[in-house]
Amino acid sequence: MTRPERGATAPRTWRKPPFIANPWLRYGAWLLLAGYLVWAFGTLPFNWERIGEGLPRAARIFGGGFPPSFQRADLLLTGFKESFQIAILATLLGVLLSIPFAVMAAKNIVPRPVYLVGRAVIIVSRSFHPVIVAILFVAAVGFGPLAGILTLTVYSIGFVGKLLAEEIEEIDWGQVEAMRATGAGYLATLFYAVFPQILPRQVGLSMYQLDSNLRASAVVGIVGAGGIGGTLMNAFGRYDYDFAFAILLIIIAVILVSEGISGWVRKKIW
Amino acid sequence: MLEISKLVKRYGRDEPVLKELDLTVEGSSVVSIVGASGAGKSTMLRCINRLVEPTSGSIRLNGTELVALKGAALRRARRKIGMVFQGFNLIDRLTVMENVLAGRLGYVNLYQAISRRYPREDIERAFTLMERVGIAHYANKRADALSGGERQRVGVVRALMQEPEVLLADEPTASLDPRTSEQIMILLQSLASELSLPVLINIHNVAQARTYTERIVGLRHGKMIFDGAPDDFTRDALDAIYGGIESPEEEPVAPANPPPAQRDRGLPHDAT
Repeated sequence: MTRPERGATAPRTWRKPPFIANPWLRYGAWLLLAGYLVWAFGTLPFNWERIGEGLPRAARIFGGGFPPSFQRADLLLTGFKESFQIAILATLLGVLLSIPFAVMAAKNIVPRPVYLVGRAVIIVSRSFHPVIVAILFVAAVGFGPLAGILTLTVYSIGFVGKLLAEEIEEIDWGQVEAMRATGAGYLATLFYAVFPQILPRQVGLSMYQLDSNLRASAVVGIVGAGGIGGTLMNAFGRYDYDFAFAILLIIIAVILVSEGISGWVRKKIW
Repeated sequence: MLEISKLVKRYGRDEPVLKELDLTVEGSSVVSIVGASGAGKSTMLRCINRLVEPTSGSIRLNGTELVALKGAALRRARRKIGMVFQGFNLIDRLTVMENVLAGRLGYVNLYQAISRRYPREDIERAFTLMERVGIAHYANKRADALSGGERQRVGVVRALMQEPEVLLADEPTASLDPRTSEQIMILLQSLASELSLPVLINIHNVAQARTYTERIVGLRHGKMIFDGAPDDFTRDALDAIYGGIESPEEEPVAPANPPPAQRDRGLPHDAT
């Protein structure tokens, strides 16, 4: 019925419907964005003169960085050794502590008040960037590796705990029922029906966390929490740009290697 | 002896799934419970070991009232009630032996459980039972490496490790192929007489119920509408239990087997 008419009228057109259907809202959002950009660039204090002066300085720093100097290899080694120690210790501590907190934060296996406490711990330890936590711990326990270990432990609890709790909430409940049916107590049920089910995930997360902690240990060192970050900061402070550059290169190399290893291990375990 | 009287289970404000159910099982009889999906079979079985909390009524096992038990007393009572599941519910990542020994978790302490240092008698019992059902050579294999029938044998042995006074089997053969499921039924039947153990089996397969059990209980809408020997289980009884389930003039069928999600949510806090 419509077929013969189609040839007579103009060819039909089609356009993708807009993402935001309401035109007022659609153009309003663009207007808002433009307004914000004008306001932000207008009010933030960009001092173009100083930026102009800074550029040659940046060029000097990079120029001074070449060629990188590996002459003080012992210092480099000490710094990295400390970073590794911090990262590995913090991963061990964090991964171990994350298990009880993950159990507490899993809705299906604990009463509601415990769940709320567990979730709160995880939310709090996830809400601050490691650098901010590091500043707090440096203030609390002084400069050095202890602050770094505590920082990264908190960081690990938050990350691993959250993902592990979600894993616990998705376990096969039949196994828990089976253990309960034998008369097993709460902890025995946990060890038999819950932990075996989350074990591969836990190992994978631990590997990932080790990798992540290694990276973060370099950063928290900058605010005084020990490790290679501190060495880097000192090198910059003493205008040893070639040494600083060497440190940066090694950091990149270490991260690449650790990422490769952890990726390989995780793939093996899955 | 297992005595259920006036058992009521109601999920939320819905119509009760079990309506004042009475059932007594004596001696070492094998009882099959038949009924359409949603008739309340699974709920009834789970009320006995309190994986589901009964709303009211009484369940007595050899004189012990189970409905009011809490905490350690409930766990002690559960040791005496073995359960076999439709989905086997083995701990997949653990070995067959660990799964079997898990049947002793109600008896050993936490250290023994975690370190797998079970008493020598338990290990001996485990081997004996595994030999009895023909899975002893799998002792150190991972449970998920076994076939369905073998896995259900592990499930049965785990339940028997509890030295139960009653064995509950919730659709033990529904996930198995016909031949394997017959083998499991024969196994349950012969174990019941060997160990003089009463066995309650929820089952969909009426033919198997008639062949392998001594007594058939038919449930419909949470009420018992048949109780008798397989020979008395006539065409009429079958129609009464399964007939007209889909007909539109029926009252809406109460969700006797709640969706798994609902069951899961209800359990965690009340059970242990």
